[in-house]
Amino acid sequence: MFHWLEKNPFFFAVAVFLTIAFAGLVEILPNFAQQSQPTVGTKPYSTLELAGRHVYIKNSCNACHSQLVRPFKAETDRYGHYSMSGEYAYDRPFLWGSKRTGPDLMRVGNYRTTDWHENHMKDPAGVVPGSIMPAYRWMFTNLADIDTAYAEQITVKNVFAVPYNKPLPMKDGSKEVVKLADSLSGAHASALAEAKLVVADMNDKNVKEMVNNGQIPEIVAIIAYMNSLK
Amino acid sequence: MEDRPLEYDYTIAKLFMYSTIVLGIVGMLVGVILAWEMAFPAVNTMLGEGLAEYTNFSRLRPLHTDAVIFGFTLSGIWATWYYVGQRVLKVSMAESPFLMFLGKLHFTLYMVGVVLIVGSLLMGITTSKEYAEFEWPIDIAIVIIWVIWGMGLFGLIGIRREKSLYISIWYYIATFLGIAMLYIFNNLAIPTYFASDGIGAWYHSVSMYSGTNDAIVQWWYGHNAVAFGFTVPIVAMIYYFLPKESGQAVYSYKLSILSFWGLMFVYIWAGGHHLLFSTVPDWMQTMGSVFSIVLILPSWGSAINMLLTMKGEWQQVAESPLIKFMILASTFYLFSTLEGPIQAIKSVNALAHFTDWIVGHVHDGVLGWVAFMIMAALFHMAPRVFKRKIYSKSLMNTQFWIQTLGVILYFTSMWIAGITQGMMWRAHDEFGNLAYSFIDTVTVLHPYYTIRAVGGTLYLVGMFIFAYNMFKTMTSSERVDESELQNATPMGA
Ligand code: HEC
Ligand code: HEM
Repeated sequence: MFHWLEKNPFFFAVAVFLTIAFAGLVEILPNFAQQSQPTVGTKPYSTLELAGRHVYIKNSCNACHSQLVRPFKAETDRYGHYSMSGEYAYDRPFLWGSKRTGPDLMRVGNYRTTDWHENHMKDPAGVVPGSIMPAYRWMFTNLADIDTAYAEQITVKNVFAVPYNKPLPMKDGSKEVVKLADSLSGAHASALAEAKLVVADMNDKNVKEMVNNGQIPEIVAIIAYMNSLK
Repeated sequence: MEDRPLEYDYTIAKLFMYSTIVLGIVGMLVGVILAWEMAFPAVNTMLGEGLAEYTNFSRLRPLHTDAVIFGFTLSGIWATWYYVGQRVLKVSMAESPFLMFLGKLHFTLYMVGVVLIVGSLLMGITTSKEYAEFEWPIDIAIVIIWVIWGMGLFGLIGIRREKSLYISIWYYIATFLGIAMLYIFNNLAIPTYFASDGIGAWYHSVSMYSGTNDAIVQWWYGHNAVAFGFTVPIVAMIYYFLPKESGQAVYSYKLSILSFWGLMFVYIWAGGHHLLFSTVPDWMQTMGSVFSIVLILPSWGSAINMLLTMKGEWQQVAESPLIKFMILASTFYLFSTLEGPIQAIKSVNALAHFTDWIVGHVHDGVLGWVAFMIMAALFHMAPRVFKRKIYSKSLMNTQFWIQTLGVILYFTSMWIAGITQGMMWRAHDEFGNLAYSFIDTVTVLHPYYTIRAVGGTLYLVGMFIFAYNMFKTMTSSERVDESELQNATPMGA
């Protein structure tokens, strides 16, 4: 049979394709049938948080940081509860990472604060002596891309039925709604309102002034995102 | 697979040889910069604060991986395809103006793609998925380039004189099909600009899959990009170049059939080993782990087949630096296809995952196996393509030893770093508290990061020697006659 295939490139190619496609079908299809259900307390990202997530991706923070707590005592002691599938229901793309040059950030919002991040992003080694994380000073002047974040929100709401504007169950039994503005200017206004809350805990004069003038620098967005990681 | 007096046309092969060399140097230079940045973070701002956004570790890391994979390795694959394909199929590209046209189009579009990729990664335009960082417009361009290569590939097979496909051709076909399937499915995404009636960046997209599902598809791709980019086409090369250069027949035809179909069947299943202890279903993790072990068989099948091809002719290893490159490559292949499965054992993975040991594993494979084999292939091809001797045998030897030392420094330092780090993360003191804060596990690695950076720099020095030797070979080395080009490649002092 093999000899015959070697003389018939077409059937050879078909045989190769079927052999390699087989495993993909068996492995991937069953899991896709059961779309992952969000856990209680998991909610979609707000416009500002999503813009911050884009800043995170733009700077490949995932090259050094994982967002996946494995079920070992050493990891739960260090980072908190181990990860559950439903917690990632709104993550497109997933950001588990493959290398921990720095610590896991899955739940960093539980133990780091806005002003800590502000100092750390400006000068990591100044805050944690010996750190090899690069400083991200340009984030204090570059503007976050609110438009694209809003476009993504609309897309996931329309295409994947992500539950914006719907009451979602929280861990303490209450309900919460993540609002999605119905216009771009509305999205800007709500992102700015959220940015003002973040900036209240920051020290950088320039950043405060920018937000006062209605501009949102990247650093504010990425801190809002990191605060949302819990 | 023996040649007959037929004038092969190497126009396209030449172009891809140039891009292999240039992109190899660029990609590895960026790798070396990364390595120094991890040892000395001040390097992040080497061109000043103003440019730090573009020179810091996080912007450069995807550039490194994509430049060496889609630049260096892929160029090498294509350079060898446009050389080996004609010779084993016994047909010249010149016989078909259409295939020549496709070949030129292939290279031109590829260059456009390279420029787009470098530019967009430096600007931070990325989907974050490893080895699939490109946004949808570039993805579409890549699919077009791939299809053009496929047309050329099957076109050449279609007009072949040698009816039976040589082993290397099997592997090139598998490379084409495997990457096509994986790449398309992993990159399915929705452009947000069009889905939101024109808001935001036009090139931005959002993944079709979310969370755990996204991770499954990504590592199904990521793992098999390694399979069909770093293994399958490189095996294609060694099956051609080693027998050719040594004048020995492949040791066992049966073994090559077994390894080929075994590899095709087993490889895809092993992707789950990237996701052990994550939130993907347990059975998938177990499959990933078990099939990774099974994968040793077909991998070793090829490696042993190659080593045994040299049976009775081992003196050639001492005599010819070209054979040295290939034998060391097979040895590293043997070695990293044992190391990988070990890392896929669940209890080992619990320690190794997320550490530098994985990075060490990647690089003993790519530096020792992939890059060595590609360079050996180019050395073998150059005199036949440019009709000149290899410029200098002693430079080849120097390069070989410098780079071998570089690889050894790289993977030994990363093993120690990775295992140290993994042990420190999990250490508890006598009261059951974590023994180390995270930063302790970072500062302890400084010496190993420095050693790795030195090793990487040596490897890069070897790349420059390679480029110089090739440049001389192409332009000013002594001319050779067709009759000198049967087996062992002619080399100047
Ligand atoms: C070169 C690798 C590297 C990159 C890239 C990197 N980091 Fe880090 N990061 C580290 C290291 C090492 C530490 C631990 C030392 C420290 O706290 O500075 C760390 C620590 C942190 C911490 C503190 C976590 C904790 O639990 O204490 C946060 C938050 C953080 N990084 C965020 C980021 C963000 C956001 C980005 C992307 C803009 C980023 N990092 C990019 C290496 C990196
Ligand atoms: C001079 C040679 C090279 C040096 C110094 C080098 C250095 C590096 C460094 C520092 C990293 C980042 C590791 C980390 O994040 O901890 C890296 C990652 C990587 N490199 Fe290289 N590299 C070299 C050559 C190559 C080549 C030739 C290839 C492939 C053909 C390659 C493929 C990769 C891949 C796939 C990764 C990602 C690893 C992972 O995510 O686990 N490298 N390299």
